Amino acid sequence: MAENDNYSGMVDGINGLIDRQIFSNEKIYSIELEKVFTRSWLLVGHETQIPSNGDFITSRMGAESVILCRDSNGKIHVFLNTCTHRGMKVCLYDEGNTATFTCPFHAWSFATDGKLVGVPHEKELYSKSLNKEKWSLIEVSQMFNYKGSIWATWDKSAPNFIEYLGGAKAHLDFALDSLDGSEGGTEVFGGVHKWISPCNWKVPAENFCGDSYHNVSHISVDMVGIGPSAGSGEKGRRDNELADAQHLWISFPGGHGIHSAMKPANNEYIEAYKDNPIVEEYYRHCYQERELKLGERARIVPFVGTIFPNTSFHGRQPRALCSWHPNGPQSSQISRFFLVDKVAPKEVKDLVRRYYMRYAGPAGMTEQDDMENWNQATASCSGAIARRFPFNYQQSMGDYKINDPVPGMVSTQMTEENARQFYKCWASYMESQDWKKIMSHPAQTALGNDT
Amino acid sequence: MNDLGAKNKVRRDDYYYRLKQEIEEFLYDEAELLDQRNFREWLDILSDDLIYFMPIRRNVKFGTHNEKENTREGYDISWFEEDKWTLSKRIDQIYTGKHWAEEPLSRVSRMITNIQLQNVKPTMQEPCEVGIKSRFLIYQNRSETECNSFYGKRSDILRLESGVWKLIRREIILDQNILMAKNLSIFF
Repeated sequence: MAENDNYSGMVDGINGLIDRQIFSNEKIYSIELEKVFTRSWLLVGHETQIPSNGDFITSRMGAESVILCRDSNGKIHVFLNTCTHRGMKVCLYDEGNTATFTCPFHAWSFATDGKLVGVPHEKELYSKSLNKEKWSLIEVSQMFNYKGSIWATWDKSAPNFIEYLGGAKAHLDFALDSLDGSEGGTEVFGGVHKWISPCNWKVPAENFCGDSYHNVSHISVDMVGIGPSAGSGEKGRRDNELADAQHLWISFPGGHGIHSAMKPANNEYIEAYKDNPIVEEYYRHCYQERELKLGERARIVPFVGTIFPNTSFHGRQPRALCSWHPNGPQSSQISRFFLVDKVAPKEVKDLVRRYYMRYAGPAGMTEQDDMENWNQATASCSGAIARRFPFNYQQSMGDYKINDPVPGMVSTQMTEENARQFYKCWASYMESQDWKKIMSHPAQTALGNDT
Repeated sequence: MNDLGAKNKVRRDDYYYRLKQEIEEFLYDEAELLDQRNFREWLDILSDDLIYFMPIRRNVKFGTHNEKENTREGYDISWFEEDKWTLSKRIDQIYTGKHWAEEPLSRVSRMITNIQLQNVKPTMQEPCEVGIKSRFLIYQNRSETECNSFYGKRSDILRLESGVWKLIRREIILDQNILMAKNLSIFF
């Protein structure tokens, strides 16, 4: 099936059937790197990871290493981490501060704005041939600093980031804005989770785009209770701040899938973070401030989401941005940084930091169980017999409304619609469709309203 | 007594070796408890004020290792910054029988080596608190063919509580940058 390039056929949203080969086939994987990851907007990092001029971190776009750095004038850049001469990595470090990136191989040297500034024996060896202007580090085609989070794409013709986000922006904001509703104001904790998980990158991306059906897989952690009020006897993996809210599963043009919730009109605060009174007070105060600032809009509260293709976020418990980097058809390299309000008191930062650690990632009690499931689900897709049988994506077929009660393609019951739309968008990239087609979606009018 | 020992300021006399033997037995007993999956008995040898810390390790420029290589306890996101309460939660989770990362249970063997004592308080003759450096090699095999090897260093502190040694601090330095195992679902 992978041989005929009929990607739309592999992801049959009408009948709710997805071909397992898209999670295992080597050829499909290599085409994804070419057609999905060179065009879509990818998360690279966060500006608070590089606060001073000359600061850098290394990150990844698709399967390739990139450098995120702040040049000597304070401008942020994203470069491919490869020497333009012979390809060696010009930066070997996870983070640091530098005036230049000097290649260890032949010592070509690049300034933090990417310009080639040093070529050993330049006069003797290159005076007749080399135009240094043309051999800068390879820089992304578009970069965007969205409330501190840094995104980039290799496609000049891609819609700008805000247009690309469309209606999903309002939901990503929950992770990036301060809890009291003011714009931005979040920072990243030091320490980035980076690990390798034997799953296809689309499995966790889909998991975060609204697969609430997998809730049952976390029963062990719900039974023991690890949330920010667990010390006060609360069960569950998080405080149930959404207890009285209507959950919303929302798909947006561009393949983004969001799971948020809407509080009742009276929008009452539900007590949370009870293990420390200072922290409880901070969340209560922020909740009230947010309602004053945002009014009716404050009724929408965050849960999770995936910005196509491979960036996911947790809006609150635990608040983080995560990239599922492709690392082979059956392997992902994952990186995640965690967010907190810059102005939050030390008690808040300390409590949420410890909560994030026990919840998320390979050492986290909740996500460990995800990892096991993502691993085995991926492994099944290479079976000669198993791969003849598509996965079932028929949950809540047709049960959605457009722009009701919020913008987007909205379901008020658990649904796999977000996943169906995610894969439909994936097929458009795989078939080299133009941006108009990629962004076409049942809720397209919502995009128009939002941008 | 050798020169390295002199540098560590711990006198390697008979008292040292006698205490070292006792401490080694403690560490081997502990590894045995975990390898035999006696997790709740393991909790009993942890002090109530235990700190259990495993930083994330970064590639950094030569000369900046001391300040930058490891994430910081108390400030950063690390792999583990736990207390006895969270470790007991992890054990409760295993006992639910529905913790899929450890159900069915992994097969694990822990080898503890290079044990050396440091900072024995108040005296080597009558110790109440002992700092210990060691290396670990942990082999994990789970499900059918999944294998992980974890190599690294441990810095422990044991304290005598009512005549019994209890672990009050464990710092685990795992020799990896990008974690190569999908999970850290075992105890170190």
